[in-house]
Amino acid sequence: MDLFEYQAKRLFQKYGVPVSLGDVATTPEQAKAIAERLGGVTVVKAQVKIGGRGKAGGVKVAKRPEDAAEAATQILGMDIKGHTVHRVLVDPGAAIEEEYYVSYLLDRANRTFLAMASYEGGMEIEQLAVERPDALAKVPVDAIVGVDEAKAREIVQAARFPAEVADKVAAVLVKLWEAFVGSDATLVEVNPLAKVASGEVIALDGKVTLDDNANFRQPGNAELVDVEAADPLEQKAKEKHLNYVKLDGEVGIIGNGAGLVMSTLDVVAYAGEKYANGSGPGVRPANFLDIGGGASAEVMADGLDIILNDPSVRSVFVNVFGGITSCDAVADGIVGALQLLGDEASKPLVVRLDGNNVVEGRRILTEAGHPLVTLVDTMDAAAAKAAELAATAAAAD
Amino acid sequence: MAIFLDENSKIIVQGMTGSEGMKHTARMLSSGADVVGGVNARKAGTKADFASTSLPVFGSVAEAMSETGANVAVGFVPPAFTKDSVIEAIDAEIPLAVVITEGIAVHDTAVFWAYAQGKKTRIVGPNCPGLISPGKSNAGIIPADITKAGRIGLVSKSGTLTYQMMFELRDLGFSTCVGIGGDPIIGTTHIDCLEAFQNDPETDAIVMIGEIGGDAEERAAAYVKANVTKPVVGYVAGFTAPEGKTMGHAGAIVSGSSGTAQAKKEALEAAGVRVGKTPSATAQLMREILAGG
Repeated sequence: MDLFEYQAKRLFQKYGVPVSLGDVATTPEQAKAIAERLGGVTVVKAQVKIGGRGKAGGVKVAKRPEDAAEAATQILGMDIKGHTVHRVLVDPGAAIEEEYYVSYLLDRANRTFLAMASYEGGMEIEQLAVERPDALAKVPVDAIVGVDEAKAREIVQAARFPAEVADKVAAVLVKLWEAFVGSDATLVEVNPLAKVASGEVIALDGKVTLDDNANFRQPGNAELVDVEAADPLEQKAKEKHLNYVKLDGEVGIIGNGAGLVMSTLDVVAYAGEKYANGSGPGVRPANFLDIGGGASAEVMADGLDIILNDPSVRSVFVNVFGGITSCDAVADGIVGALQLLGDEASKPLVVRLDGNNVVEGRRILTEAGHPLVTLVDTMDAAAAKAAELAATAAAAD
Repeated sequence: MAIFLDENSKIIVQGMTGSEGMKHTARMLSSGADVVGGVNARKAGTKADFASTSLPVFGSVAEAMSETGANVAVGFVPPAFTKDSVIEAIDAEIPLAVVITEGIAVHDTAVFWAYAQGKKTRIVGPNCPGLISPGKSNAGIIPADITKAGRIGLVSKSGTLTYQMMFELRDLGFSTCVGIGGDPIIGTTHIDCLEAFQNDPETDAIVMIGEIGGDAEERAAAYVKANVTKPVVGYVAGFTAPEGKTMGHAGAIVSGSSGTAQAKKEALEAAGVRVGKTPSATAQLMREILAGG
């Protein structure tokens, strides 16, 4: 889960990382009140989970509280690269003298954690990495040892921070590591970490990604979820504990196993290409949905319900390879789901079953004889059939 | 010979007495795997009953190894406790620990992986279906009735997609199929398996399955180019996956330009690996190679 800047900074605060942090406003009046309370110059910042908000006009300096209200009026509701701004953070202005970059992240290739730091922060890190690679220090961090004072000094030296800020930056690095581990984050990034006129070194921005697998031991994570951002179907799927991602297409997909479902999306996309013509890109997969071992009628019905609530869906492809899950249980689940859904089950369903107890599974579906269900033997042929049914439905419009 | 797992493998199951542990121990037993006991500290000294046999439950991996000669541990321990169970297996110096559990916090995996460095235990997983050497042994949850023994090696991040590939080539058969798992940090990589298959006299050709996220397939491609002389065929899932959205596996996410299926396909092809567009097309490529094409 990605956090907003204000959530990241509150997390930093909890671990004693010095931050510049005001408060969150959802209306211009609130922004004005916060600016009044803070006094002096403030900065009004769009809270979106994507970079580039400065360039998009989502960060404005406000000399007086009225200016903060005006800035909030302009920024709230803005679309920044597809993200709508629902709230702004009103921060105290800072007398920035120098800007640095620090981050902790997972280095998948080397199966360790990585600290990245640069004496030259404030700009896009991807740009820095390309234009000034030796200005960006990359220091592996052992998961067991972590960032203690010695490691922090090693990072400070590798990034060639000047002596007068070395102690302060090292102290921030240690606390930031504690935040990284303590919150089960997979990314903690501060850009810029700034030296201000007073000599203090503080985090002026924060970007944090939390590991969803750690939710069981991070009870506070539930409150951090942004309910407005989720697509309504994805939100509904989350509530039903379904692994669903909405895409833009006409063939709903259900499968068992993430890799198999990703593969099914691809095979359907290829099958759908032949229907591309002057009026459209062809037939495409409408979603990712992994029901894992969920053969039960309830799980299948929940999955079908979500998919059928997507108005673009014209056909559904259920692709199951029974490993531990048995095909007869899946077939019973499909039959039961269609009964539960009743009239809502209004689109054709193509089903491919293989693996554990496939003969029994196919028999169950054949005998049930549901008019909307077509049983196809192979994954390729079933994908082609589902694409064809979607194309036919579209053509009939 | 097969790789990592063969007819000499003696398996103990960590978390055997839980429902997942019992279910999959029964399946391993009926597939002919030599499962010799289980580990659960709170049930030490008891026995677990299965259709064909009764297995002892030990209090620790070390005790189980000393009593049974076990050399493989398969773990069904819940995510909150998996780190400790893997560290225990490493401390006992078991040669192979297969971690089936899904949903482990990545900080925990990072710790047990760091702990494993320089020690004697190969870790497979986590979040994986395990491995099977058809006709010889089966450590994990891979169904034993999909395919027969043969001379193709298979390495894959996926679960059911692995089964689909095994199914496509079931008539030719496999030496060993290794499910390495879909998490961001895994104990055994594509490269580890490619190396082992290259050195295995019972493997003639290799199929590798990858998916979006990270750069494991790109690094595997470089490894193949430099070190693998046996024919390798590849399949990558996730061409249709959009950027920034995790597709099921904790590790399956495209971030910016990195981790795309297209990039992986290109890297593999540049290394001389033929890449199939679909699972069936990939199987067809393997058939052509083995037929002398």
